[in-house]
Amino acid sequence: MSTQLEEMFVKTRKENRSALIAYLPAGFPSLQGCKDAISTLAEFGVDAVEIGFPYSDPVMDGPTIQQAADISLKAGTGASEVFETLNFAHEVGLPAVVMTYWNPIERFGVERFAKEMARNGGSGVITPDLTIEECNPWNSATLAAGINRIFVVAPSTTDDRLARVTSQCSGFVYAASLMGVTGARTDLSSGGRDLVARVRKTTDLPVAVGLGVSTRAQAREVAGYADGVIVGSAFIKALLDAKDPRSGLDALGALARELVAGVREGR
Amino acid sequence: MANNNIEAIGHFGPFGGRFVPEALIGALDQLDAAHQAAIVDPIFQAELAHLHLTYTGRPSIITEAKRFSEFAGGARILLKREDLNHTGSHKINNVLGQALLTKRMGKKRIIAETGAGQHGVASATAAALFGLECVVYMGEEDTRRQALNVARMKLLGAEVVPVKTGSKTLKDAINEAMRDWVTNVNTTHYLLGTVAGPHPFPTMVRDFQKIIGEEARVQVLELIGRLPDAVLACVGGGSNAIGIFHAFIPDATVDLIGFEAGGAGIETGRHAATITGGSIGVLHGTRSYVLQDENGQTIESHSISAGLDYPGVGPEHAYLHDIGRAQYRAINDDQAMEAFALLTKSEGIIPAIESAHALAGAIQVGKERGPGTVLLVNLSGRGDKDVETAADYFKIEL
Repeated sequence: MSTQLEEMFVKTRKENRSALIAYLPAGFPSLQGCKDAISTLAEFGVDAVEIGFPYSDPVMDGPTIQQAADISLKAGTGASEVFETLNFAHEVGLPAVVMTYWNPIERFGVERFAKEMARNGGSGVITPDLTIEECNPWNSATLAAGINRIFVVAPSTTDDRLARVTSQCSGFVYAASLMGVTGARTDLSSGGRDLVARVRKTTDLPVAVGLGVSTRAQAREVAGYADGVIVGSAFIKALLDAKDPRSGLDALGALARELVAGVREGR
Repeated sequence: MANNNIEAIGHFGPFGGRFVPEALIGALDQLDAAHQAAIVDPIFQAELAHLHLTYTGRPSIITEAKRFSEFAGGARILLKREDLNHTGSHKINNVLGQALLTKRMGKKRIIAETGAGQHGVASATAAALFGLECVVYMGEEDTRRQALNVARMKLLGAEVVPVKTGSKTLKDAINEAMRDWVTNVNTTHYLLGTVAGPHPFPTMVRDFQKIIGEEARVQVLELIGRLPDAVLACVGGGSNAIGIFHAFIPDATVDLIGFEAGGAGIETGRHAATITGGSIGVLHGTRSYVLQDENGQTIESHSISAGLDYPGVGPEHAYLHDIGRAQYRAINDDQAMEAFALLTKSEGIIPAIESAHALAGAIQVGKERGPGTVLLVNLSGRGDKDVETAADYFKIEL
């Protein structure tokens, strides 16, 4: 049986366009504020959401996501809030995945986490620090729960290793196009295009590109070669910089509209 | 659960491994290969041995603490004097090894994390010696506690970056160093200072530190004609402890005892005793014991000793604990400071507060076992850097 996420990629491929995937940490700017943001993203045509599980030691993340995670953690966000938010996204009709560092999964219980994901309508989990050498229990758990297992690849990943990583993936392959932490970049390197081309030699799975995209022009550029464009820090910044929740949602919606247009101009 | 992992590398039983962004895998593989090549390369080994002889000041001596013995139930206390190494601690052993590897890998920049500043100073020293650019990440809280070492690093030409995120201590310094590394991995070597982190760090750092135990084993045999009854060391990340333990692991008659930082006491929750008071989890790229809450969030550690103030521990220690080969106990701040004062006044040796935890352990174990017992204690560092903290603790006016 296909996940909602897999069905979405079938649809966007049919429409010959890239999908826009938004990232927000659960509990940011608050539990309800995150749900409101998800509703806004759905309303403006974002194709899927990644719900972040805020973590105390986010070594892959730049200052923007760190700040958002701090706010969320201080408000007491944990696994139950993550699943509640995931369920909300599913209810508004968006394919939803969770992005989390590995330790919260291990602490919650590997099989139990996969089951809770499925129970709350989640399509899959992105695990940025789970290497294929350590993924065995997770593979069994996600298979049993019928959810996607999304690994991240990098420009420094060798061709041989790319093949091994993508063979463990389902749903899509997350291509982190830059060497570095998350956050908006003025210039996107050519790394994304090269990496996607290399990934495609190893798999027919959709490939989504993340790290650094914040503008319509950048979304258009990435949408030209990738099946999905992932935007996180830019959405978070729209909420962080707002003077009140209402104007935050307005800014979020305005950015979503631009990026949704951008991915449709890519091809 | 079926075991079809593609390859199981760098594991100590269920502990260790690699939990890192894919972007770092290439650099870790490169480092692993460089380390594997170096350990069988006589030229590398000769180069490192020459540095230890002419720069570090190895072998470090053994001092018998005869007057201190009376506080430890009359047990014979043999101190392995890593405090006499250049830069004042065992950290230089690992740093020189990794600096040589950095050169071999053709990298020109090193980054390091530091808690007490001992590893930062050692890294800045090696950078000066080898002409490398050096950036040291240090929790803002620690830059305050260890101002003297900050000045030393700056004098040595390193850039010291105060880390203002999270608990502003060692754990956050490691986060920031990892972010730097993932961004600059092509030009930069992350010179990790302890036996934690993703493979190959726990193995590699242990290989550079095991010289402590190899020397001490021979020295003790020469001195007393037999092996010690127990080997004692303080444990934060665990590099000095694994360094002195390792040569004794096959010696079944020798007890290996690590002393973690009990802070204000395990029962208060304000401590850094990861094995004694933590649970199994993943932190900074490795599976081991960690201090964490029910959601897997790291809990801030507390210790009077900046060098032990870390909510994780090396995976090999977790393994030695689980198989029962080593035991781990907690020493709280007050016990450590008492031992600090006793050694200083009875032997004229000012220990690092980190090492004072092992000395407090010697008092405890010595009292349990009594005269005739021989305890080998790793005096991992000297206490010059701790004079301000100690003066404050003992209310000495400066």
